[in-house]
Amino acid sequence: MAAASGLAARSARWGRIVGRELVTVAITIFGLLLVTFLIARVMPIDPVLAVVGDRAPADVYEKARLDLGLDKPLWTQFAIYIGKVFTGDLGTSVLTAQKVTDDIKTVFPATLELATLGTLIGAVFGVPFGIFAATHQGRWPDQLARFVGLLGYSIPVFWLGLMGLLLFYAKLGWVAGPGRLSVAYQDFVDPITGIVMLDAAIQGEWDAVRDAFSHLILPASVLGILSIAYISRMTRSFLINELQQQYVIAARVKGVPEWRVVWGHALRNAVVPLVTVIALSYMHLLEGSVLTETIFAWPGLGRYITNSLLNADMNAVLGGTLVVGAVFIAVNLFSDIIGRLADPRAR
Amino acid sequence: MSDTSVSDRSSWRDWLMSTSPASRRQARLGQFYRQWLSFRGNPSAMIGLVIVVALLLVAAAAPLVASQDPLAQNLPQRLQPPSWAHLFGTDALGRDIFSRVVYGTRVTLVIVLLVVITVGPIGLLIGCAAGYLGGWVDTVLMRITDVFLAFPRLVLALAFVAALGPGLENAVIAIAFTAWPPYARVARAETLVIRNADYISAIELQGASQGRIVWKHVVPMCMPSLIVRTTLDMAGIILTAAGLGFLGLGAQPPIPEWGAMISAGREQIFDQWWVATFPGLAICVVALGFNLLGDGLRDVMDAR
Repeated sequence: MAAASGLAARSARWGRIVGRELVTVAITIFGLLLVTFLIARVMPIDPVLAVVGDRAPADVYEKARLDLGLDKPLWTQFAIYIGKVFTGDLGTSVLTAQKVTDDIKTVFPATLELATLGTLIGAVFGVPFGIFAATHQGRWPDQLARFVGLLGYSIPVFWLGLMGLLLFYAKLGWVAGPGRLSVAYQDFVDPITGIVMLDAAIQGEWDAVRDAFSHLILPASVLGILSIAYISRMTRSFLINELQQQYVIAARVKGVPEWRVVWGHALRNAVVPLVTVIALSYMHLLEGSVLTETIFAWPGLGRYITNSLLNADMNAVLGGTLVVGAVFIAVNLFSDIIGRLADPRAR
Repeated sequence: MSDTSVSDRSSWRDWLMSTSPASRRQARLGQFYRQWLSFRGNPSAMIGLVIVVALLLVAAAAPLVASQDPLAQNLPQRLQPPSWAHLFGTDALGRDIFSRVVYGTRVTLVIVLLVVITVGPIGLLIGCAAGYLGGWVDTVLMRITDVFLAFPRLVLALAFVAALGPGLENAVIAIAFTAWPPYARVARAETLVIRNADYISAIELQGASQGRIVWKHVVPMCMPSLIVRTTLDMAGIILTAAGLGFLGLGAQPPIPEWGAMISAGREQIFDQWWVATFPGLAICVVALGFNLLGDGLRDVMDAR
């Protein structure tokens, strides 16, 4: 049907979309770098003193200042900073005496593991909950879903974590306590992927897998509750929007059973925005993990940032901030592209 | 309604509900009354209103509500479980947790109000300017907004506090710095709708200046959605402030800030559960109150 000219027009349109998307990403990354750079510059702590100590003689101080490039104009310093970031150099952490990039490589899988299971819990419970609310719009299941959703927005995640530990670890003993793995298993599992459960499974240590799961399930559930609130609310509003469309009326008039109208017709049209929402909630869980990891002594990116923060280790803090920001941008881009690809009107 | 006799009350009601108001004041009050009626019919919104009003009252009358001085240490009485003398028990320094929670309402309100009065006008100004002026002003302002939206809010606030140093004022600055983008977005979206309305064209033809149009005709129309947005945002601000306090970056001891109180109770969580539990419950109730209120206000004021 589509002639060659139609194809050309379509690919030109796609080219424009991708081009605009790339420009947006480039500008956002530039802004991200500018913000972290400026934060580092407004810091009242003198970066030179952090290197040489406060008893250094004037010539040593001056030499360190030149080495750090602090005598150059601000824009040159910014250019040098960008160059370093793009070659994967985020500086050295004062706390661990290692390169920040190496530190982040070791801690990131732990956060990924936590946020992934959290999102999974959120989606598995949140989507059906939202559907239930939408199909009972205005009646008590809807009111309940609304209340639970708002409650999810109102609970401080670190407090929920503490209460979870108190109840399920200390009082009931259903789950393991803080940390990723009990000490007894620590020597059995070598890091391959950095995701403990996966590593243990690869090495056939099934007891260690169970132990790792027992450590993971509580913090992941705490995070999951946050995303259940968000995902169920969004599912409800998408589905209600679809259920008001004419094709739903047509299907009902035709005599299609209600469950097929909801699950087969309406939900299929709500899948695209839902994928975007789940991607966004994944992003927010990366953020929520900052406080959750502190509670559960989970050796991930969040605890790395907060630990460095309390020790005034600015390279590590800004490196971590930059990585989280970059992940945000990547997830946003990803969900945009998925949305465009999956929507036939945009294809 | 059961207004049987012709009383003062029913005539007031007729005046308010009149479909042909005789004055601007009558129209405005009538509109307000109708919104109140529909708000009153929403039980969860009313619960939210009650919680928020209670919060304001407790904060105003904190010395009357609290049974003891929130800062008074009493070491022989440390870590006492909840009792009639100490409703929520005592903490590791023997301070009465109930009194500290009560005084904590003041800290929370101060943080929330300071953030909102800085963020609201900034967001409104940026959003209305971007939406009304359009062109490159719009592009530049929205790009800046996007950069800030791309940051996770708590992590950015953490980085700011790290740079500025811990403390209540710096926590407020950091939260305000990360909280304005959604307000600018809302104000811009509203402005884009209003800008093309006929009455704006009519005012433009009468020769009103751009500043006057934005200030007198665009800003008031943005207010309802901005108020809704602010109310819903209060809970987020409270949670972020509590998170900073919990990490030791917000209010410093001995200020009775709820997040910092939870942090202090963390060490004793398995033995003296009450130290961390009650401040957390207070955060939940207050945040839920603002969320319920905002949700109800959205239904009433923001028909779109």
